[in-house]
Amino acid sequence: MMAEKTFSIHVNDRACKRCGICIAFCPKKVFSSENGKPVVTNLEACIKCKLCELRCPDYAIVVGGEENE
Amino acid sequence: MRKELEKYFRTEKLPHIWCPGCGHGILTGAVVRAIDNLKLDQGKICIVSGIGCSSRAPGYLNFNTLHTTHGRALAFATGIKLAKPELKVIVLTGDGDCAAIGGNHFIHACRRNIDITTVVFNNNIYGMTSGQYSPMTPQGAFATTAPYGNIDRSFDLCKLAQSAGATYVARGTVYHIPQLIKLIEKALLHKGFSLIDAISICPTYFGRKNKMSSPVRMMEFIKDACIPAKNAEKLTKEELAGKIVIGEFYEEFAPEYTEEYAKVIEKAREGK
Repeated sequence: MMAEKTFSIHVNDRACKRCGICIAFCPKKVFSSENGKPVVTNLEACIKCKLCELRCPDYAIVVGGEENE
Repeated sequence: MRKELEKYFRTEKLPHIWCPGCGHGILTGAVVRAIDNLKLDQGKICIVSGIGCSSRAPGYLNFNTLHTTHGRALAFATGIKLAKPELKVIVLTGDGDCAAIGGNHFIHACRRNIDITTVVFNNNIYGMTSGQYSPMTPQGAFATTAPYGNIDRSFDLCKLAQSAGATYVARGTVYHIPQLIKLIEKALLHKGFSLIDAISICPTYFGRKNKMSSPVRMMEFIKDACIPAKNAEKLTKEELAGKIVIGEFYEEFAPEYTEEYAKVIEKAREGK
């Protein structure tokens, strides 16, 4: 049996410059701020619109499974 | 970064030099995604830039790239396209680079309808040199060189391009990114001169001078100020004041410059 593919949102801490755009404009409020750093705290709410990934100026976010990273 | 996009970047040069929340990173990502969506041949693309924050973009991109002199990206790009018409030539330029020092190159590239896609990273300011006003700084906005507010009127780059002869003209923003990617795709497929006026954000200089120093605040400003071209048609000039009209403005199919030039060569060879 195939294992179910894991869904995750990966934030690359090295690339992230803490601009806050992903946190502010996620339509489902998936991210929380930890001293400016985006932390995924509401993964179940994610609708995979990928706006966070598209709007990240530093290409630090990948929405999807490990196979995308 | 998403795995399938890595090949388009010189990843060893990242993270880029741009400030936290700089719209230019978002725009560069949009250009790359448009190229990826169209599955264009990476080796047949040449990306050219001038000088300024915007013009750092090709340095991070893994294509044939050329970083040229201030305002002259389109002049170099014209040369490249004429020498190798089979290349897809893309110019990434800024509002100062394109509309001020490069203004003449810009209107004449439009006029010739040469097959170049120009994406103007328009952040309404000279960011690299610390915030002088540009021809795209809105009237009344503040800049390092306009401490009492800018009295100059700004260009409407799209109208300028259209009246100069560009055959595909559209405007998008860093906030409305899925739409912007579609517009860039359309511009890349268009044969002739295409212009994308891509509204960017400069929280560091434009933002700080205009009470929007956070990237989030600047994005909110763009979100609130934008109005789709279709809706704008119904509004009066007064109602449109301060609004940013986005979407497609113009598309025309006209003879392309390098094709016309090839015909001249053929005629000359035949001795007619």
